[in-house]
Amino acid sequence: MNAVKVKNLYFKYDREFVLEDINFTLNDKQFMAIIGPNGGGKTTLLKLLLSFLNPIKGEIKIYGKSPKENSTIIGYVPQHTNFNLDIPITVSDIILQGRLKKGKFFYTKEDKKRVNEILERLNISEFKERKIKDLSGGQRQKVLIARALATNPKIIIMDEPTSAIDPTGQKEILDLIENLDITRIVVSHDIKILLRKVDKIAYVNKRAIIHEGPKLNIPKDKHFCEVELIDFLKADTCGI
Amino acid sequence: MWDLINTSIYASLLLSIAIGIIGSLIVINKASAITGSIAHGSFGGIGIGMFLGINILLSTTLFTIILAVILSIISIKLPSRKDSLISVIWALGMSIGIIFLALTPGYSADAISYLFGNILLIGKDDLFYMGIVDLILVVSVILLYNRFLALSYDKDFLSLRGINSNLLYTYFLILTSITVVISVKSIGIILILALFTIPSLIAEKFTKNLYSMIIFSSFISAIILISGIVISYFYDLAPTAIIVIIASLMLFISLFIRRKGGFK
Repeated sequence: MNAVKVKNLYFKYDREFVLEDINFTLNDKQFMAIIGPNGGGKTTLLKLLLSFLNPIKGEIKIYGKSPKENSTIIGYVPQHTNFNLDIPITVSDIILQGRLKKGKFFYTKEDKKRVNEILERLNISEFKERKIKDLSGGQRQKVLIARALATNPKIIIMDEPTSAIDPTGQKEILDLIENLDITRIVVSHDIKILLRKVDKIAYVNKRAIIHEGPKLNIPKDKHFCEVELIDFLKADTCGI
Repeated sequence: MWDLINTSIYASLLLSIAIGIIGSLIVINKASAITGSIAHGSFGGIGIGMFLGINILLSTTLFTIILAVILSIISIKLPSRKDSLISVIWALGMSIGIIFLALTPGYSADAISYLFGNILLIGKDDLFYMGIVDLILVVSVILLYNRFLALSYDKDFLSLRGINSNLLYTYFLILTSITVVISVKSIGIILILALFTIPSLIAEKFTKNLYSMIIFSSFISAIILISGIVISYFYDLAPTAIIVIIASLMLFISLFIRRKGGFK
């Protein structure tokens, strides 16, 4: 069974299709990067994978079921810039949210133990009782990854995890993602993701071009690759 | 003096619990505009109640719950039009109230008193209803604390955990509407929003979690309400206006206080 199977997927917001005939599969524990220009539909694809939107046509299966039916095995990591930082909420409060589920109203000792394990694994234990407002962008993004991991997900889906983060923080986040032993999908406009051990790349611009293979070797002419994303997926110029 | 204001003091304490809970949820959910819409729209329920000659508390409760459900649907289904539609509901509710009051034989000036409220005129029956609403709010916040916190921080994540975040948001607005109902007589429709949000805005700055924000906010509300009652009693001034002025002064002072660690 594929971890993710997207077949003949179409979506439109109004009259015009923003996604057309998207097809790809992803196996268990594989790492996929979804890239593409702004307005190309990559965020829409992410929302469809998370069941925040419903396809007009076609189907998405996450471990054999629709994203809605299997939403609890998905660990979602949104952009850290999307949140109200004035809320009085600590790092541990946020990570514990990953332990919420239907019919459960209170956290258990096991939940708190699991959160402590994740905090240690991500090297952010010292921030446990700090307000989220008092953390840097990279630290906040790590907290959101920790929350997703607290759900014990089979697949983790991330939206621009390195945006608005300093270079050191970006490297830490990408190292962390690369070493996770679960299925990973990362939506990014940051070309550095392609230098990592990705198993698949989906270039999404209304339609999707899927590249399968190990990490990219960006050649000397980096600028060309960054500007001509579509070409670097097609041409040898970028050493694919 | 105590005999004259004791009911108002009890009302202040009961209202403070409600304001601490619902005000904190309003502030962290950025739902001030929606609360203003429910509060002003509640005038429709008052007008209908007076026109039909039924219990105003009942008519206002039903009317504001309907408004809460409509506003929840608007927020969920039409987020891009939310701001404008909230204003429409705000004005529509008031207009319904004005029309029904105009149609009510022997038009009563009592209806106008709901606009500005007067905590010194609260009766023992009102205390009973306030107590019931406090009980509903306390039980709800204990049971749903983790969900309310998750709802305010990241609604989408809550949905992915298999929890109906839209239903939870609607329930939060219904709790807001019943709190509005018990507050209109004492605080008044026009000034409810200020008193619901100011104590929580002050508390938010100095607290680390929602529980402490609620408790601190309730404490601030009690101080504001009781000092407002005492000052208005001695100087024969409109209590609601004094209460809002005290609250605003406290908010401005808090803006100049630097947070050091905050309460746990």
